[in-house]
Amino acid sequence: MNFFQILSEIEKVDPEVYDRLDSRRSVFKHMSGVGQKLTAAALPLFIGSVFNKAYGQTPSGLTAVNVLDFALRLEYLEAIFYSQRTALVGLSSANANALTLIATDEANHVSFLRNVITSTGNTPRTAVTAAEFDFTGGKGSNAGPFSDYRTNPATYLALAQSFEDTGVRAYKGAAPLSVVMANKTVLTAALNIHSVEARHASRLRAMRRGGASNSTPAQGLAVSPYSSAPKSWISGTDNGGAVPGTTDAIYGAGNNSGAPTNITFEAESNTTQGGVTLSTSTSTAFSGFPSAAFSEAFDEGLDVGTVSTIARLFTVTGSSLF
Amino acid sequence: MSDKILSGSHAPETNLDRPLYTPIKRRSFFMYAGATAGATALVLAGCKDDNNNSPGMVNVGSGDAGVLNYAYALEQLEADFYTQVRMGSYYTSLGSSSAEKQVLDDLYYHEVIHRDFLRAAITGAGATPIKALTTVYPTGTFSSRTSVLGTAKAFEDLGVAAYNGAGQYISTPLYLYIAGKIVSVEARHAAIIRDLVSEGTFVGNDVVTISTASSSSVSTNNAPAGSSLERSMSPSEVVAIANTFLADGSKLDVSGIR
Repeated sequence: MNFFQILSEIEKVDPEVYDRLDSRRSVFKHMSGVGQKLTAAALPLFIGSVFNKAYGQTPSGLTAVNVLDFALRLEYLEAIFYSQRTALVGLSSANANALTLIATDEANHVSFLRNVITSTGNTPRTAVTAAEFDFTGGKGSNAGPFSDYRTNPATYLALAQSFEDTGVRAYKGAAPLSVVMANKTVLTAALNIHSVEARHASRLRAMRRGGASNSTPAQGLAVSPYSSAPKSWISGTDNGGAVPGTTDAIYGAGNNSGAPTNITFEAESNTTQGGVTLSTSTSTAFSGFPSAAFSEAFDEGLDVGTVSTIARLFTVTGSSLF
Repeated sequence: MSDKILSGSHAPETNLDRPLYTPIKRRSFFMYAGATAGATALVLAGCKDDNNNSPGMVNVGSGDAGVLNYAYALEQLEADFYTQVRMGSYYTSLGSSSAEKQVLDDLYYHEVIHRDFLRAAITGAGATPIKALTTVYPTGTFSSRTSVLGTAKAFEDLGVAAYNGAGQYISTPLYLYIAGKIVSVEARHAAIIRDLVSEGTFVGNDVVTISTASSSSVSTNNAPAGSSLERSMSPSEVVAIANTFLADGSKLDVSGIR
C-alpha cells in the first residue's frame, strides 16, 4: 500500500484531520509501538490506531467513505425499486405523481452520493443493477411474499413504506458516528437526505392510509393498530409495520455494539430519551396526552448491521451488496 | 506481539492514549443507569453568558448548550402555535372524525413533548434554559384553514431546515442523535401539512433541491440542483423568520452558535 497516498486521501475526506494531530509529520508519534518493527500487514492497524485517536470512537473501522458507500447502496435499492413502479394498476393520478416525485428524489440521491464520493478522491462503486434485488422477498426466486408488488399497489406501497422508514433509521444511526461528525459537509448532507426520506415516508403512509386509488390521500384517517392504515409517523411499533411478521425488524431494536457513547438503537416504541422517561406524569403539560404520542414524537436510529440484515431480505442469494 | 498495535484499549497506558482534545467536564448530561461520568465525558462547552446580549434579545448561548436552547426556542414557538390552533375557530369547527383534526392534535402533542423534553434535558445537563418566549401572530391566524395550515407549513419546514443546519455545531454525539430523532418527525409533519395545503407538495423545490441549488450562506448547507437534499438553514437564517413570530423581548440572538 502507499501509506502517503492513504494520508492524503484521508485528508481529502476531512481536511482538518491533521490539525487534530498537530501536523502531518507528527502523525507518526501518535502511533503506538513507534520504534518497533513495522510489517506491511501491521500497517493498517497502526493507521487505524492513529485515526481512532483523532476521532475517538470509530466503530467497526468505518471510514467516512464507507458510510457514504453504505448510504449509496441503500439509495440504489430505493431508486431501482421506484423504477419498477410503472405497471401498477389502480393508483390515483395523485398517488402515481407522488411516486414519480419520490423516484426522482432517489435517483438524485444516487447521483449526489456518487459525486460526493468522487469529490473525496475515491471512485464510487460500479452502478448497482436490478439483478442484485428480488423485491418479492424471495431471495432470487421472484416468488416471495411480495410476488405481486409490480402490479398490486397495496403490496408495492407496503414495501415502499418499509424502505423509507428503514432509510430514515439508517441515516439517523449513521449521523452521530465519529467519522461523520468529523466532516461537517458529509454530516449536513446526510441530515439533508435523512429528512427528505422522512417526507417520503410520511407521504407513503398517507397513501396507504387513504388507499391507493384515493385522490386526496392527505384526508385519510389513521386506524389503530396502524399496520394497514398508519399515521404519517410511527406509533409504537405500528403493530409490526406494513406486513406484521415480515417487517417487524424495521420497527424493532438494533444492535448497540460499537455505537457512539450513550447512543442505543431502541425499538420505535421507545419512550425514554437520553435517560428521561416520557409519560403523562413527566410534565404537567402532558396531562391527558395519549400514551402513543410519547413514542410518535421521536423516531429511532438503527445500526449499519441491522439495516443490512433488513436490506438482505430483498437481495438475491449470492449478492454481497449488503 | 500483534496485541501491542491494537487500538488504545489494549495498548499500554501512555500519554498517547489520552484523547487529543480535552473535553470540558460538566455534570453528565444524562446520568442514567449504567452511565458513569468517566465513561460519558460529555462536552458541554460554552454557557449562556458567553456573548454580549443584544439589548432585549434572548441569547441562546454557545456550544452544545446553545444549540439545545436554540432547539428549545423553536419548539416553544411550535408548541405555542398548536396550542393556540386548538383554541381557534378553524380547529373547533372540525368534526371529531376529521383527518385534519387528527393531524393537528398529534402535532400539538408532539411539539409540546419536544418542548418540555428539551427544557428538562437542558436543565439536567446543568445548563440554563432560556425563558418562556412571547409569541405574536397576524390577526386571524387561527380562524381560517388557509392561515392555520399555511403557518403550520412554515413552522414545520423551518424546523426541519433549522435542525439540519444546526447539526454541524453539535459536539456531543448523543445530542446530535437526539436532534436527528426529532427532525425526522418534523419532516413527517411537514410532508402531511404541505399535502393538506396543496396535494403533491410533500416535497417541493422550495424545500428540497430538486431543480435549483441551495441558497444558504453557509457552505456546508449547500446542495446542488438535482440533488434532492433538504434546504438546511443556518441559525441566523432561521431566526430571521422565527423572530417575526416572537415579540420584542423574546427575539432570539443565535450569534453564539458557530
